[in-house]
Amino acid sequence: PPRLPPPTFLLAEGGGAVRRQRGAGRVGTVRARCGHGVGTVRARCGHGKDRIIFATKEDHETPSSAELVADDPDDPYEEQGLILPNGDINWNCPCLGGMASGPCGEQFKSAFSCFHYSTEEIKGSDCVDQFRAMQECMQKYPDLYPQEDENDEKSSKDLEAASMEASAAKEEKASS
Amino acid sequence: MFRCRAGLARALRPPPRGRAHAVLQCHQLRCPSRSLTSSGAPGKAGNNLLLYLIVGGAATGTGVYVYKTLQDSKERYASRLARTSRQSQDSEGAAPQDTAAPSPHPKVPSHVPFLLIGGGTAAFAAARSIRARDPGARVLIVSEDPALPYMRPPLSKELWFSDDPNVTETLRFKQWNGKERSIYFQPPSFYVPVEDLPSVENGGVAVLPGKKVVHMDVRGNTVKLNDGTQISYDKCLIATGGSPRNLPAIERAGKDVQKRLTLFRKIEDFRRLEKISREVKSITIIGGGFLGSELACALGRRARTRGLEVIQLFPENGNMGKVLPEYLSNWTTEKVRREGVNVLPNAVVKSVSVSGNRLVIKLKDGRKVETDHIVAAVGLEPNVELAKSAGLEVDSDFGGFRVNAELQARSNIWVAGDAACFYDIKLGRRRVEHHDHAVVSGRLAGENMTGAAKPYWHQSMFWSDLGPNVGYEAIGLVDSSLPTVGVFAKATAKDTPKSATEQSGTGIRSESETEAEASEVQISQSSSPMPQVPKQGEDYGKGVIFYLRDKVVVGIVLWNIFNRMPIARKIIKDGEEHEDLNEVAKLFNIHEE
Repeated sequence: PPRLPPPTFLLAEGGGAVRRQRGAGRVGTVRARCGHGVGTVRARCGHGKDRIIFATKEDHETPSSAELVADDPDDPYEEQGLILPNGDINWNCPCLGGMASGPCGEQFKSAFSCFHYSTEEIKGSDCVDQFRAMQECMQKYPDLYPQEDENDEKSSKDLEAASMEASAAKEEKASS
Repeated sequence: MFRCRAGLARALRPPPRGRAHAVLQCHQLRCPSRSLTSSGAPGKAGNNLLLYLIVGGAATGTGVYVYKTLQDSKERYASRLARTSRQSQDSEGAAPQDTAAPSPHPKVPSHVPFLLIGGGTAAFAAARSIRARDPGARVLIVSEDPALPYMRPPLSKELWFSDDPNVTETLRFKQWNGKERSIYFQPPSFYVPVEDLPSVENGGVAVLPGKKVVHMDVRGNTVKLNDGTQISYDKCLIATGGSPRNLPAIERAGKDVQKRLTLFRKIEDFRRLEKISREVKSITIIGGGFLGSELACALGRRARTRGLEVIQLFPENGNMGKVLPEYLSNWTTEKVRREGVNVLPNAVVKSVSVSGNRLVIKLKDGRKVETDHIVAAVGLEPNVELAKSAGLEVDSDFGGFRVNAELQARSNIWVAGDAACFYDIKLGRRRVEHHDHAVVSGRLAGENMTGAAKPYWHQSMFWSDLGPNVGYEAIGLVDSSLPTVGVFAKATAKDTPKSATEQSGTGIRSESETEAEASEVQISQSSSPMPQVPKQGEDYGKGVIFYLRDKVVVGIVLWNIFNRMPIARKIIKDGEEHEDLNEVAKLFNIHEE
């Protein structure tokens, strides 16, 4: 299989900045100890099958030489996000929570599909009926779909924040 | 992409494990942040969803409302929990009683397109998956449990650490993000009344509680319930879970002992044990696995606050001895002891009897343990009674219904959760008893029941917390009999600037760093035969443990490091041989918070 260096997100996953630079070659000092004894890296521990390595932060600052297999972005078995590689909506995306499977799932799907595939200049402006139907359904289940916000100020702030987040997501999508 | 992932990681980050906080709280209440981990999809999707609905909402004049609903949805996704919005205070209070189906004798439809046998997590995950993929699907869940589908992990985790004195009634717990939720996946209004299932306009999910499927006619695609009712189906899922095992020594002991025994599995068991823990002076937990260790830790807190004696005994050398390598298992036992638990390893129960007003547990080595109540947490027996009438194969090694990689047993029958012995293309035949596996396999079964034809591909994970110093997540085959390589973070001079300056006496950190490294190299090359106490900074505080089979990593434990599961999953999926696992460990940034 084709090999490539670990994708950036993997390196960055643990949080913090991407500080790894390839080629900065210092062999880390690695110690191993077993239970109460101190040995070398290849120490025999326990029943001889459990190796222990203690690594300092500095040891792990050098880039990893481990190689990961390149992922197939169109792997049909892999969990997908909301939008499938072919552009369709993945209704089984966990990101939808119970929206697609709950009692108003049908209405939600209809509204969201309409919006997703809308070609109007103002995207979704042709989906008013579907959104209204969804809202009417949701009103029947107040404990499933809460109608009121704790306070409007907060929600408008949320909206603003989410809007920013969403545009950030858009940028990322464009660059990934 | 990175920003997106970082955002997600931030959103999923558990509360900081501040020391003072942790000591007070024993438990970090991280469970919800993990409980649907494996269903996680790239963060991109959630963000896109927001983008869509904000724009869509604005266009349709339902902006804030639609956004708000989906904001909730996103948060739920982030906390990886089933879809449940905040409920009003009123409905919260009434929840526990309302969660049983309203009508005791609903008219059961004679035919349902989707029949799910069992009402646990796997069945619920399948129901949701079926509904998401098949618009208008009609799904009937037949459950022995009187309650609507609920998640079990909080029963041995968060619920014990709730400040609410009525927690046994409310069954609500605080999630990592501070939001409260119920252990029920959905409130009653989510479900369609059983009698309405065939007629309700857009289909739905109905639950028939307190009923058991006792017979299965695979050829005729029908099942028979314990009350004689017959139901035919198009597609059927068996998600019957398992029943807690008991110890033969306790089974032999007779009724007086049985009365003071808890086999822990359901809501009622939680309620009962919680009550007992306030009434007795001593509880003994038998079993050193997940459930036993979690309950020991949970009760241990009461040991400190209420003077309850908590004893935990098991045959292994240390807690989680079948999972963790021995050194780590021993280390964990020390931590569990600090939680107020009197841990007795290497203890095999020989007999249990009543003496006066107390229980006496005799161990094989002659030791005796006196106690008031016993909790046996000694594993699960998959519920496979249907195998006989259905003619389904039960795996002779792992137990459970044998299914293929698509979780299919026969043409119209799938199996998920604890009861499924499935073929994992990467790791071979397995049976997994964990919450997240129920989610993943239930979901997959639901997809395949609606025509997806997908194999088990996305590895499930699991997690456990044992006191403030031990929290871990794991994936793949984590069996302590496998060879392991553990890479742990060593605290260095750099990590503790204060000690560094003290040591060198110069106040210049760079110099002491050099010194520290030099001495380290020396030590690593010496081979001292003398036993030694752990060096400063050498503690199994956090790290990553690789489990190997034929030199390939088949399992990974993330020890006190969080949000790294995608990397672990990737390494298992690759199934490659790695020359130097310390290099692989670098991918996990074990020194980062």
